[in-house]
Amino acid sequence: MQVNLEAASELGVNEEEFNKIQEILGRMPNFTELSIFSVMWSEHASYKNSIKWLKTLPREGDHLLVEAGEENAGLVDVGNGIACAFKIESHNHPSAVEPYQGAATGVGGINRDIFTMGARPIAQLNSLRFGNIEKDRTKWLIKGVVKGIADYGNAFGVPVVGGEVFFDDKYNTNPLVNAMSVGILKKEDMISAISKGVGNPVYIVGSSTGKDGIHGATFASADLTENSADDIPSVQVGDPFQEKLLMEATLEVGKTGAVVGMQDMGAAGIICSTSEMSEKGASGMKIDLDKVPLRQTNMEGWEILLSESQERMLVVVEKGKEKLVEEVFEKWDLNCKIIGEVIAENKLYFHKNGELIAEVPASELVLGGGAPVYDREYTEPAYYQRYKKFNINDIPQPSDINEVITTLINNPNIASKKWVIDQYDTMVGTGNMSTNMPADAGIVNLKGTNKALALTVDCNARYVNADPEIGTAIAVAEAARNVVCSGARPSAITNCLNFGNPYNPEAFWQFVGAIKGMSTACLEFGTPVTGGNVSFYNQTMIGGKTEPVLPTPTIGMLGVIDDKKHQTGLSFRNKGHVIFMIGESKNDISSSEYLVSYHGVKESPVPFFDIKAEHKVQDVVSELIKEGLINSAHDVSDGGLMINLLESSMLNNLGFDITADAEVRTDAFLFGEAQSRIVVTVSLSQEDKFIDFLIKSKVPFSTLGHVTKGDIRIDDKFYGNITDLKEQFNTALEDKINK
Amino acid sequence: MKFGVVIFPGSNCDRDMIYVLETIMKQEVVELWHKDTDLQNVDGIAIPGGFSYGDYLRSGALARFSPIMEKIIEFANNGGFVFGVCNGFQILCESGLLPGTLLHNDNQKFICKNTFIKAQNNNTFLTSLVDNNKALKIPIAHGEGKYFADEKTIEKLHQNNQIIFKYCDDEGNVSKESNPNGSTENIAGVCNANRNVFGMMPHPERASDVELGNTDGKIIIDSMIKTLISKFE
Repeated sequence: MQVNLEAASELGVNEEEFNKIQEILGRMPNFTELSIFSVMWSEHASYKNSIKWLKTLPREGDHLLVEAGEENAGLVDVGNGIACAFKIESHNHPSAVEPYQGAATGVGGINRDIFTMGARPIAQLNSLRFGNIEKDRTKWLIKGVVKGIADYGNAFGVPVVGGEVFFDDKYNTNPLVNAMSVGILKKEDMISAISKGVGNPVYIVGSSTGKDGIHGATFASADLTENSADDIPSVQVGDPFQEKLLMEATLEVGKTGAVVGMQDMGAAGIICSTSEMSEKGASGMKIDLDKVPLRQTNMEGWEILLSESQERMLVVVEKGKEKLVEEVFEKWDLNCKIIGEVIAENKLYFHKNGELIAEVPASELVLGGGAPVYDREYTEPAYYQRYKKFNINDIPQPSDINEVITTLINNPNIASKKWVIDQYDTMVGTGNMSTNMPADAGIVNLKGTNKALALTVDCNARYVNADPEIGTAIAVAEAARNVVCSGARPSAITNCLNFGNPYNPEAFWQFVGAIKGMSTACLEFGTPVTGGNVSFYNQTMIGGKTEPVLPTPTIGMLGVIDDKKHQTGLSFRNKGHVIFMIGESKNDISSSEYLVSYHGVKESPVPFFDIKAEHKVQDVVSELIKEGLINSAHDVSDGGLMINLLESSMLNNLGFDITADAEVRTDAFLFGEAQSRIVVTVSLSQEDKFIDFLIKSKVPFSTLGHVTKGDIRIDDKFYGNITDLKEQFNTALEDKINK
Repeated sequence: MKFGVVIFPGSNCDRDMIYVLETIMKQEVVELWHKDTDLQNVDGIAIPGGFSYGDYLRSGALARFSPIMEKIIEFANNGGFVFGVCNGFQILCESGLLPGTLLHNDNQKFICKNTFIKAQNNNTFLTSLVDNNKALKIPIAHGEGKYFADEKTIEKLHQNNQIIFKYCDDEGNVSKESNPNGSTENIAGVCNANRNVFGMMPHPERASDVELGNTDGKIIIDSMIKTLISKFE
């Protein structure tokens, strides 16, 4: 194939980059080499438009065992000699055109990132965004995505312990599928993604290589268009059974002491792992592509190099210890083939049919090496100031509170996600401590220790859209709040940054704001960023008009429960317990689900948020839990206080009798989403002690009322029994999907 | 007691079963690899849940042809104690050691949630310590868990008291509403006519650790161990 600027731009390489490639090589690249640069310098693999900003995030902490971006996932010391590897990643574009496989391989990819480090995955979470639920396309997408996640994760055998599902028109054609995996290992057992030691053999293990997912990384780095479905070959196909075997074999081979380094093959396949591992070890490789086990005939060299066939790993083994490695893979009936060796020169040589088909410098290909780094322009969009003009006084108070309650509990963003969750195996591994005690975060037992992990994924994209900086700080704060409410201390985060086209200055303004807000909040809560993933180009061209998704920087947070007796649930435990709110009610309904779905007002600023006040609220709840003064804790979030109280009532079929705050509008009190509020329950015998404690802490709090046998009363007015509301809450989503 | 826990490629509840038997119940446990043919003189065998061989054909359909299963069938036919949970139950049905079969759930979806089951008689390995009137909270996690057998087989199961557990609600009522997957007569677990081979879809090993806040399944595991011990005494 002719190599020229036209061919380059077809592969997504621009003129500046095309010139740089020629400069690096000192000659015109051949087609294989051009393909290599195109995938390695794609947004997906190189982070070329985001890296400058990502480097401004706080990434340090005494408990971090590897630096962000250094390995396949972040690694945190959780004590007792245990390290926790965790990361979140997007699979948005594949899921938009082929929801089942797109979501399934997303799950496969993120789990490989974890076990390639020698960690056994023990929990998964996911964060999903879909369009309007009334649309047939949305129903098709959610059914496919959920089944894809379920079929892959259930067979692979790692429980889903948390997640979020959110619907908004802005995601109509471009859903977001973010998957997080969390694994544990003994600190000293970490396997690095490094290649070194001249003469060491390089193995490919796991599945055979086929033509699936070629140029997937490039596909993920462009806008979705009306013709995106034509790119279906760019979507990979997953096999959870192979993944399960690959994991067991990988973890077993890690124990042989024969492995120098290992990296999974995800985006950009063999070329990505060979170059990244070599860059890290300042070495190179000589690879014979004829040795790669193939599942298809007639594959070109560049196709083998770029294939994104799933369930494969690249392993560098210490020379002389080949047998130890081969025996393990034979036991698990997996391919295990030497395809090359490590060389001293920092270059990659690829041979096919005895001929050298590509010769590229390893470091020049990768992020932090020679990959381009761009400074993108950004401008504040006009809507930002317009949203701020919103005035609560323009919104009439509802005459019928009952009608609002019915609207909200039947709203797919508020209603129970039971239809989704029941399809996931949430209990395999016998570590999920939230099954019988639901909490704001998913709790996973660290067996044999007194500790547990608290995990959550959070982002209210409406808030981020209204104000990227504050909205993202809220996402971090909410994650921390969830972790704290469940009895843990926030430890570190991973992020999945889903935004529009970075070449659109207004979309990039949202990205920059999000980074700034995340930095502020991560410093405040002492939760450094351990890694993550950026997904740009989440917007769709429909009839020539670009529709960006809501900016969605999903935060995945790891927390640690230091003593299992601190584990705290969100549910009311007994009739008669006193209900308190820690934090303050505000006269604020901005960006609330109530304002958007009941009043149909989409333009309003971010809800009230004071990060210092938030931190104090979290600290005091943490102390209350340690002092054993509260029986439940649940943060006020989507849907406001009313939804918070209903959620706490459902598990044990209890209710509540509360008095509204006369200082604020009733709708703001019940449905507003002002931040930094946590509802706790206290037994009568502890009430005095509790009040003394809070007065001393100087954190604002108020008495709301008490837990009832099931009746719901506000200001002495009866709003039904919990069992009736629970039925609607539990079935609303399913009804809408099957309608 | 010495238990063997079978590991097929794709088993994913093997570690959970081992954890309960070894760490919580303090029994001796050996792993039985699917390619092995030596049962290592175990007193009883547990076949855990998972997706043996990927379950791409039909759940449990391939596992029955593995070398270890040949030996397990022999062991069972000689009166040895064999217990299958979830995929283990499916494998035992496919192997012909247990009557009936497991079909796709009525809603055609994988279902994972807490369910309630009630013992149908307490004169078996699994139920000797179980109160017949108590609803036990035991989770399910399967796509193919709808127990089915023809009328004649069901009749036989009744005659021989082979139905061990039925799905019920939290108050113990066996009803259509409390049937999570469409199983014939709410059947959740059965045994063979000789009463030495047992299978159930709900996972007692997922409800045996006090740290998970539910130990209803431990009563079943406890029954199994105690009865087995008494048999060997």
